[in-house]
Order: sequence, then structure tokens, then C-alpha cells
Amino acid sequence: MDIVFQFGPVFKRMDLIIDGVTMTIQVALLSTFLGFLIGIICARIRIEGSKKAKFVVACYVEFIRNTPFLVQLFMFAFGLPQFVALLGFNIRPSPYYLAIIALSINLGAYSTEIIRAGLEAIPKSQIEAAQGLALTPFQIFSRISLPPAIAKVYPALSSQFILHMLGTSVISTISVQELTLSAGRIQSETFRAFESYFIVTAIYFALAIAFRIIFKLAARFALPWLHKTTNRS
Amino acid sequence: MRSFGLNEIWYMLQATQWTLYLSILTFVLGGSVGFFIALARCSRSRLLRAISGLYIQIFQSTPLLMQLFLIFFGLSLIGFRLPVLVAGSIALTFWASAFLGEIWRGCIEAVPEQQTEAADSLALTPWQQLRYVILPQASKIALPPTIGFFVQIIKNTSLTSIIGVTELMRASTNMNNATFEPMKVLAVASLIYFATCYPLSLISRKLENKLNVDH
Repeated sequence: MDIVFQFGPVFKRMDLIIDGVTMTIQVALLSTFLGFLIGIICARIRIEGSKKAKFVVACYVEFIRNTPFLVQLFMFAFGLPQFVALLGFNIRPSPYYLAIIALSINLGAYSTEIIRAGLEAIPKSQIEAAQGLALTPFQIFSRISLPPAIAKVYPALSSQFILHMLGTSVISTISVQELTLSAGRIQSETFRAFESYFIVTAIYFALAIAFRIIFKLAARFALPWLHKTTNRS
Repeated sequence: MRSFGLNEIWYMLQATQWTLYLSILTFVLGGSVGFFIALARCSRSRLLRAISGLYIQIFQSTPLLMQLFLIFFGLSLIGFRLPVLVAGSIALTFWASAFLGEIWRGCIEAVPEQQTEAADSLALTPWQQLRYVILPQASKIALPPTIGFFVQIIKNTSLTSIIGVTELMRASTNMNNATFEPMKVLAVASLIYFATCYPLSLISRKLENKLNVDH
């Protein structure tokens, strides 16, 4: 049997692929921003929150880290609308927003653990010195603890981002028009399943490599800046 | 319309065994391949290092879902009419071997250089060095992250439901379609996953803490 690969028909739908790439990057960046925000807040609670708050955050982190993302996504995609309807509201959020919520909450749990590790590595003496200078707790956290903590776990955070970006392919299951769904649509139009997925996989690969390079370059500027912030305060 | 009761939960529990079989199969196969990937990463040959490095890079830089689709459609293209379960386990094996290879490479490299030098001066062959000096020490370091990765494998078997493997996730979707009670169905599904994964995560963390104290 001869196998003939026909990439031509797939390349004809480049518009779909470009839309997909844009959506994938957009979703990844937006949910990463929200996820890291959740991570920073929860990491702070895990370190200096009340006992109850610590327990709640621990439950959140453990629950998310020990269940598949697909289940979490379906919970937000199918469970949340049902829940909202039970409460008597007649809102149907679009899959796009539901996916962003699910992705952010998922990444939030993973980044909580990473950022907490960074915060724990900050010497106590620094915080005591800041307290001696009568900085408010918020100032101490945002200017003394957080910047060097982020700098310390920067490699872990950036590789978490790559994993997260690749993981966004799963949101195609609730029909968000991102890269994986583009491949699905091209496949159903051209009947060239293998070729469609092959090209899209190559694009994911290129994206991962590109982001890795960007993070390496950004480290040169971001890391000294994060350290300088601390020294200045 | 069906209502969500004990029978439905029982059905999901039965499907859970496929999640477990698939996870164990992936771990055993992926581990065997991953072992050689790790050795190749640490070998003295530059070519072997480059090839295994590329292998790891490829599988770590593409989504598992895409790997599943490619294997699934690719195999049928070559003319294999394999059950989805086989396609799913092949894809998971590739994926797991790349990650385990990278994890174990780190563990092998964590064994101090002097150990190899000492073994060298005792005139052990490279194989003997590996078997009696490096691996016993590396495996101790490797245990916690390996158990941690096993949790990842269990969670990621859920993706095979998308190509049609009937494991816990697929069974949940089926139940959801039959009963239209997504909240109950997904709550049960997530509890089953949690009950499977959480003990393993705890063991992994305990072992890791113990290792940190020992050193």
C-alpha cells in the first residue's frame, strides 16, 4: 500500500490555523496572568494566613493537583451553567470564558506551590529589617518578599507556562476555537486527518521553542530588574 | 431519562479499573523505554545524547492530545486497524518515556562524580559501575519524583477518552449524556480520581521529605 501525504489541502486553510494560533496564545497568556495572580495570593495565604484560610487553600491546591484537568474543565463547562441555572440566573457563559476560568484555576494551584517555595526561601532577616523600617505588611510582601521569590522560581514558572500552553489544547473539547479545534475542522473538511494534526503539532512545537527562547531572553532583563527592585526598597 | 444512582456509580467504578490498567501499562512500558532514554542522555557518545535529547524535546514540547491524535490517525494510515486502547497506550508510552527519561537523567546526574571515579579506579566495567554504584544510589533519589509522575500518568489517561477509550472519564461522559446531571457525575468522577491520586501524592511527598533530611 502506498501512502501519499497531501499537505496542500491543509495549507489552503491557513486562515483557520492562524486564527487557532492567535486564540491559543491569547487564552494561554490571559489564563497564565490570572493563574499566577491566584498563585501569588494563595502562596501568601499558605505562608502567613490564618489556620482556616491555610486549610482552605491547601484543599484547593490538593484537589486541583490530584484530579485531571479534563474533569475540572467539564465541571466548569457543564456543571457551572447547571449550578447557575439552579440559583435562578439565566446566563449562559460562552465556552471561551468557561475555559479561561478553568485554566486559571488549574494553573493557580500549580503556581501556588511554586511561588510558595520561592517565598519560603526568602531570609527572615530581610522581612524583619523591613518591619523595622515600618513598612506596611503589603509593602513588605510586594517589595521585599515577592520580587526575589519570583526571581528564584523563574525557571519553574516558565516551564510551567510551557506545559500550561500545551495543555490548552484540551479546551478544544468544549469547542473553543483554538489550534487543536482548527486541526479538527480542517480534518473534517479535507479528510486529511494525519496531515492536519501533523502540521498543528509542528506549530505547537514551534510555539513551545519560541516561548522558551523568549523566557531565556526575558530572564536577562527581568531577573536583574527583580533584584534591583529589592535593593532599591 | 435515567437518574443518577448507585448503578451509575458502580458503572463508573468498573470503568476506573481501565484507568488503572492503562496507567500501569503506560508506566511499565514508558518506564522501560524511559530507562534507556535516561542512559542515552548520560552516555559518553555525543550522538546518543543528541538523539535522546531531541526525543525528549519533541515529546515535552507538543501536547499529549496531539500525540494521541497523531498515533491514532497515523497507525490507521499505515493500515493498522488497532483498538483505540492500543493506540492510546502507545501514545502514552512515548509521552511517559520522554518525561521519565528526563526525570531519571536528573537522578543519575545527582550521584556525585567521585562515585564514578572511585568505581573507575576499582577497575569496574562501565556496566558494573552502573549496576552496582550509580543505579542503587540514583534509584533512591528517583523514587519520589517517579511516584509523582505516576500521578500525572493517571490524570493524563483521561485524555484517551477523547479518542474513545472507555476509562473513567469516558464512562463519566456517557453517564452525563444519559442522566443530564453533570454536577453529580463529575463530582463522583473527581472524587474517584482524587481518591486514587492523593495517597500517591502523599507518599511521594513523605519520601521526598525523608530524602531531604537524610542528605
